[in-house]
Amino acid sequence: MRSIPVNAEVTPQGPAQVLRLCGLAVSFTTPAGVVCAASDVSLQVARGECLGVVGESGAGKSVSFLALLGLLPPNARVQGAAQFCGTELLRAGPRALERLRGAAIGMVFQDPMTSLTPHLRIGEQIAEVLVHHRKLSWAAARARAQQLLTRVHVTDPAHRMAQYPHELSGGMRQRVMIAIALACEPQLLIADEPTTSLDVTIQAQILALLAELKREQGMAMVLITHDLGAVAGVADRVAVMRGGRVIETGAVAAILNAPHDPYTQALVRNAPRLTASAGVTQAARGQEAVALTLTDVSVEFSVGARWFGRAAALSAVNAVSFELRAGESLGVVGESGAGKSTLARAVLQLLKPSSGRVVWMGAALGELPAGELRALRRDLQIIFQDPLASLDPRRTVGEIVAEPLRVHAPELDAPARGLEVDAALRRVGLPATLAGRYPHELSGGECQRVGIARAMIVKPRLLVCDEPVSALDTPTQQQIVTLLAQLQCESGLSLVFVSHNLALVQRLCERVLVLYLGRMMELAPAQSLYARPLHPYTRELLSAVPLPDPQLQPARLARALPGEPPSPLNPPSGCVYRTRCPHAVAVCQQRVPAWELAGGDRQVACHRWREL
Amino acid sequence: MLRYALRRLGGLIPTLLVIVTVSFCIVRLAPGGPFDQEQTLTPAVRANLDHLYGLDQPLAAQYLHYLGGLLHGDFGPSLSQRDFTVTELIGQGLPVSITVGLLAILLALVIGIPAGIAAATWRNQGADHGLTLFAALAVALPSFVTGPLFALVFGLALHWLPVAGWERGAPRYLVLPVLTLALPVAAYLARLTRASLLEVLRSPWIRSARARGLGGTRVLWRHALRPALLPAVSYLGPALAYVVTGSLVVETVFGLPGTGRYLVQGAIDRDYPLVMGMIVVYGALLLLFNLIADLLYGWLDPRVRHE
Repeated sequence: MRSIPVNAEVTPQGPAQVLRLCGLAVSFTTPAGVVCAASDVSLQVARGECLGVVGESGAGKSVSFLALLGLLPPNARVQGAAQFCGTELLRAGPRALERLRGAAIGMVFQDPMTSLTPHLRIGEQIAEVLVHHRKLSWAAARARAQQLLTRVHVTDPAHRMAQYPHELSGGMRQRVMIAIALACEPQLLIADEPTTSLDVTIQAQILALLAELKREQGMAMVLITHDLGAVAGVADRVAVMRGGRVIETGAVAAILNAPHDPYTQALVRNAPRLTASAGVTQAARGQEAVALTLTDVSVEFSVGARWFGRAAALSAVNAVSFELRAGESLGVVGESGAGKSTLARAVLQLLKPSSGRVVWMGAALGELPAGELRALRRDLQIIFQDPLASLDPRRTVGEIVAEPLRVHAPELDAPARGLEVDAALRRVGLPATLAGRYPHELSGGECQRVGIARAMIVKPRLLVCDEPVSALDTPTQQQIVTLLAQLQCESGLSLVFVSHNLALVQRLCERVLVLYLGRMMELAPAQSLYARPLHPYTRELLSAVPLPDPQLQPARLARALPGEPPSPLNPPSGCVYRTRCPHAVAVCQQRVPAWELAGGDRQVACHRWREL
Repeated sequence: MLRYALRRLGGLIPTLLVIVTVSFCIVRLAPGGPFDQEQTLTPAVRANLDHLYGLDQPLAAQYLHYLGGLLHGDFGPSLSQRDFTVTELIGQGLPVSITVGLLAILLALVIGIPAGIAAATWRNQGADHGLTLFAALAVALPSFVTGPLFALVFGLALHWLPVAGWERGAPRYLVLPVLTLALPVAAYLARLTRASLLEVLRSPWIRSARARGLGGTRVLWRHALRPALLPAVSYLGPALAYVVTGSLVVETVFGLPGTGRYLVQGAIDRDYPLVMGMIVVYGALLLLFNLIADLLYGWLDPRVRHE
């Protein structure tokens, strides 16, 4: 397997190079044979430079960097050379690697939910690194930890020190991870998909923080991601990986503006952008009947209910009203906690609204007897966020896709059902042979296609998509969105598409509803919303979308909306957005803004939309 | 935390009341009565006995009378062991059973959890295979086999320890019963700890702790161990139940004057107050152990911590 590096970059190797990989190859010995995960990876990162490593999942990005830190399982075989500041990492012993990890090389992982130890306080986890590597006393380490929290812009650091990871939001946890990685002032920071599981607004904040740290600390940085938009804002150079190999390396502007390799070209072409012309135009539907009407729908949850205690009411969705015509597509956008998923479930009566009406084709769903509602569900289908978790792991793909037919078309016999399943799988771009496989054998994109096939097999008239692509990597996101657009076009169904990313919504939706803390902020045809957003929050959401444009993106990141949504248990008075709104004035605190018509089929809830 | 513990302690009372009520009904549903086996009783004597013990009253009245007694700590008279009250019987036997039972659980924890950690640390090596095999054997062997076996080996063959007896809890007499009772619990705890520690060691936060350069020992003790102990802690309640039922065999084999035999013998004799007394005492112990397990849970995992 030992190979001679053939595509090693020819650059002067001065002392500025912090990390140099030469012909790195990683393979895993499995019961099924040797699997090659990366081969002939040659890269270098200089001091003060950020290298973006881009590719789909399974391209060998993470594996290559985990390999040089000695973090792969024992069945991994690593070959080649990896020079870090004069040390050959692949020949360093476990003790020597331990001394480097967390001290000279900091690492930030993808999932801040699970990457912090759940039973240790935040402060302890940061201080521990300093005690371990720097031999500080615990008291000194704690004091330094608090400074680090301030450095990564964690609000109220003294209080956070004593909190446990589960008490923090995803964005805060990722900041803590970064603080831990920075604790010993590393020469190299490796960030492995640091923003993947976060909201766009929080993604922008974390990327802005990384860009700031790179600028001010002058360390070398590796940003592993599937998102070209993330790379555009932070990286200086980009390496594109595919199938375990580096297929193209170059300056970020060169790669994003003039890629050479056909794969990179496709990657750049398909990256989500916000363009005035790309939006879906609103079809003339004057004659089309209104299919779905929501009138003042609210959903409340009671929190902390006990036998004798008072329960607090959490208003997840607050007085949402809209109409959806047959064949129309509506995007619902907002951050986590905006009530998007709750609204999606309330539309389908998977959650009972605490007040308001949901009317589908003239029938008020909340008032129907259970049997009639069940029969109507054939028309109303949903696809979920987590593609793997929403499929029964003990059933084959064929059984999963066939199940709605067993309920809604019991007259079909097994062979007829089999034919339908084959057709449904083909429509979502999957081979019919997949019917015999189990969900865990499929990729995330394939699982989501199975979910779509299961929803589409009964030929629904309304499809609710609850964040259907946020668990997938960017190229797969694009494929799924394209598939949904195509299915909608063919079958003329109405679509409600929930997402936190406005760039995805633009590809699919004619109208967009913006939610914040369960309240409607703006409802507008997509074209006018993207061209001229009226509500300040819509503007922030738009500017948080990571664009694959190295000229614009760094400046956009620098303007990232600070802060996180307040707790829905204790919403601000007046306009709920005022605590984060850069334009808030006294009236915003006193009165709830009215839901006003703003001309041209647009509606907005803001006191100051006319002047801004 | 203290307030939570006190409130939970208060919550045990209604649970105990349910246990008393249900077991009272079940015990009385069993066919036959306390004096059925004494064939020579004339109807008049029989009626006298029933009257003496209040068995001729309606069931509801007996139930209320029993509850009233319980409030005073009075479990009533034993029907099979005349001249003794149930309170006296339990008061004599329970210290023996509790000493042996708690020591057994303690020993099981002290052996089982470190053994599980060792097996997980050296997984798939000789020590792990040895421990896993030994644990499987210890779980499978019933105590009426291991007990006499220990007595044979350590008592009769090697003369290290006495074969049976109590002698006011002299340590020499405690070793074999405690060991017999602890062995399967320790083995089960070892298996639980091994499996859960291996799972925790595969979790993302362990990888992330290793990426911070923390050494293997520190990762194990500080980051992996506490969550890995959760299954072992939840097993504390069932372990107590096992020790309670196991005490019958062990106390018989080693001739200990404990309460283990009362539950079975009392049930066979239809000695209603004795059976009820045992159920109430063991029920309370079990509830207490589950409460301790719950509180430990909160200490091990802040996500389930209360208030």
